[in-house]
Amino acid sequence: MTGATVRFSNVVKEYPGGTRGLDGVDLELTGGEFVALLGPSGCGKTTALRSLAGLETVTSGRIMVDGDDVSTVPVNRRDIGMVFQSYSLFPHMTAAENVEFGLRMRRVPATERRERAAASLELVGLAHLGARYAHQLSGGQQQRVALARALVTRPRVLLLDEPLSALDAKVRVALRDEIRALQTELGITTLFVTHDQEEALAVADRVAVMRAGRIEQIGTPEELYGRPASAFVADFVGLSNRLPGVVAGDRVSVLGSELPLLDQAAASGHVEAFVRPEDVVLAADGIPATVVSTSFLGSLRRTVVELESGERMTVQHSVDDRPGAGERVHVRFAGAPVAVAAL
Amino acid sequence: MSAGTSVAPSPLARWVILGVVGLLFAVPIVSMLGFTLRGGADGALTIERWTAILDPENARAYRNLFQGVGNSLLLAVVTVAIVLAVLVPTMLLVAIRYPRLRRVVEFVCIVPITIPAIVLVVGLAPVYSVVTRLAGSSVWTLAFAYGVTVLPYAYRAIQSNLSAVDVVTLSEAARSLGAPWVSVLFRVLLPNLRRGILAAAFITVAVVLGEFTIASLLNRVNLQTALVQVSRSDPYTAVIFSLLALAFAFTLLLVIGRITAARPRRTP
Amino acid sequence: MTATASAAAVHVAGDVGTARSRRRLPAWLGLTPFALYVLLFLAIPTVLAIATGFVDGEGAFTLENLAALGDPVILGTFLDSFWVSAVTAVAGAVLGALVCYALLGLRPDGAVRSVVDSAASVLAQFGGVMLAFAFIATIGLQGVVTVLLADVFGINLFADGVWLYQVPGLLLPYLYFQVPLMVITFMPSLEGLKPQWAEATATLGGNRFVFWTRIAMPILAPSFLGSVLLLFANAFSSYATAAALISQGSQIVPLQIRGALISETVLGRENLAGALALGMVLVMVVLMTAYSLLQSRTERWQR
Repeated sequence: MTGATVRFSNVVKEYPGGTRGLDGVDLELTGGEFVALLGPSGCGKTTALRSLAGLETVTSGRIMVDGDDVSTVPVNRRDIGMVFQSYSLFPHMTAAENVEFGLRMRRVPATERRERAAASLELVGLAHLGARYAHQLSGGQQQRVALARALVTRPRVLLLDEPLSALDAKVRVALRDEIRALQTELGITTLFVTHDQEEALAVADRVAVMRAGRIEQIGTPEELYGRPASAFVADFVGLSNRLPGVVAGDRVSVLGSELPLLDQAAASGHVEAFVRPEDVVLAADGIPATVVSTSFLGSLRRTVVELESGERMTVQHSVDDRPGAGERVHVRFAGAPVAVAAL
Repeated sequence: MSAGTSVAPSPLARWVILGVVGLLFAVPIVSMLGFTLRGGADGALTIERWTAILDPENARAYRNLFQGVGNSLLLAVVTVAIVLAVLVPTMLLVAIRYPRLRRVVEFVCIVPITIPAIVLVVGLAPVYSVVTRLAGSSVWTLAFAYGVTVLPYAYRAIQSNLSAVDVVTLSEAARSLGAPWVSVLFRVLLPNLRRGILAAAFITVAVVLGEFTIASLLNRVNLQTALVQVSRSDPYTAVIFSLLALAFAFTLLLVIGRITAARPRRTP
Repeated sequence: MTATASAAAVHVAGDVGTARSRRRLPAWLGLTPFALYVLLFLAIPTVLAIATGFVDGEGAFTLENLAALGDPVILGTFLDSFWVSAVTAVAGAVLGALVCYALLGLRPDGAVRSVVDSAASVLAQFGGVMLAFAFIATIGLQGVVTVLLADVFGINLFADGVWLYQVPGLLLPYLYFQVPLMVITFMPSLEGLKPQWAEATATLGGNRFVFWTRIAMPILAPSFLGSVLLLFANAFSSYATAAALISQGSQIVPLQIRGALISETVLGRENLAGALALGMVLVMVVLMTAYSLLQSRTERWQR
């Protein structure tokens, strides 16, 4: 089965007083695609998701599902499944009754209802906890039940509103991988809101970075990481060293090194260049620097060095190199800046 | 904005309900006012009865009433002192040293809700015959009994503040910075509990000023017993003083509301 | 006095941990003022109140007074008390819940909420005697509304007798403090309804009606029931309003205790007050136990 397509065209949400929660959002999801909406709090990502759910009415623009404009369809007829940040399970119902609720609303006969609810709970690995109440479940289990509840009605679109942000780090990673696996298996078109860039890059087919009610960039995780379209995206997605540079022609000069300029449209002149820590290496010769601190991250090590000019930068390298604080080292560039921003 | 999914009622439903109930509840209050303004020539309204209260000529007639007001104010002050002195150190000590006793203290403080004043007074009568022998029959001794009746309210006010402040960490931090316990108490803990303590004091004042049962059956004079006595001969004056007392209590509680509404998280 | 004593105890308590020991008083001494106070003015009076029910005029042990609780007159009074409490509790709870609903969505620190909260507190916790006066001024024999109805509409409020100073007369004044008490006790529960529940209902295909009947009401039921019990207990133990309204007689239990205390001999027995007090405490303990059970369920759901 292929999922529904979703299209936001020029969607605007204006609050009384004139501030815009959404300022002309254009976004397209193909059938079965998993798209993450990423951005800092207040950027409009949750508003966009809630507009698709029908929990917010938009001021102008159109929201289409499978080619039908749903902007005026009330929430309870939009046929979407939604998982909230937390505490959305009905506390007076068991997990199974929670999952059955949507089927009950669709007047599914009792026996079928029970079977489908059980199957859905099994899908999220909680078949044995159907009789528990929300307060008897852990946070991760509650979110699984909420996921089962959202999926059981086979909605056209699945909406996830920061479903992992209230969970512990370990559970968070495990559940996010499970959600992705389930989504791939079911082929359901999914919109996932998060403020955690690592999470977005890890699970989504494409990531849309939002800022101030607009989509700043949309692309695959690789595109977003390797070719951020703006300083904001470069800064928000992944770690970057922000270094002064000068653009001339198709080259950018950073700390005396001539590096290739990826963005051919960049104007000549003084810029801030964003260099990923893995694009800098410790070397026998190159730019002299002093080690400030170093941290062990399991499979790799990151070291902060201070250059003679006073600039600080982060170098990512093998755990076998173990520079000590105060040690004199040399660094050199091994890759191009992912983005440059005019000063 | 959120399309028909919020829990709140529509503005129309809200204002219809609040309007109708508000109107019904305004009737007795407005009637009280009308009642005291009654009695001018040909059924016209007059403020004579209000001005008469301040007339020195009537001072003797109202002496009992003014004594009641005085006694109630005195009782309010003494009760606040007793309740705060007994409750605050205990609650702090329990929070810091004996967290397991919290349930016990809470239970004890809530018990007076279960013991009606009219029941308490049956047992207070013999207790007060002893108290009178030891401390005389002056009215302030009643404050000990009042302290018990306000315990649930005062406890709740302070506890709600206490549970928002991590007194254990605060006192450990202050101690680790070299503060002696006296400084911890007066410079760190009490300033953070100001809000709860103030609310407890105000609610205590309100309850004490409204207390009738115990004073009446132990034969003491306070505002409420004096009001009942005056009402037998002069219902108008009783109603005027009731209105004033209600207005005073309303203002007092409005102030509590403002104090507790200011978000405690934002305090510097 | 007590404050400095316990402050000193707190002070010493902290030093137990440090190596240097000066005047080392045990920290639990700080708890004695509270314990002593509660013992003297809560525990002893309560025990005395109940114990006097087991003592006769000469101070000897007797179950006579207790037997009086089975007397038809006393039972009748308890029934009247129950009746007044039940009617005002249920009516007050329904009306109060409606007001709470109307207040939902208003800012808790806004002007409307501030005024309603304060007015509710005044009427619920302060009113007593003054509420009786309010109703005498409104629907007493010379009350403003009584006179208005008679003059303008020719309606005689008291055609069937002066009911204001009888048991039915307690209903309106009691409602005047029951509704506000409901607003105070039920509002937190209603505010505990999470918006996610309404939104989840909607995304799962339910409308507003479904949300209220299938989600909100079942969730609120224990808390509503608990509030009804609290209101019942409140009316049952209330004395001041009735005493100010009804100056003689023993129409409800608290007034009967008044009668027994100011030695109007009720049923020709002494120390009946103690037995009545015991009866009241028993009723209150049952009510408050049920209340706290319901309350703990509510809290579990609304965490």
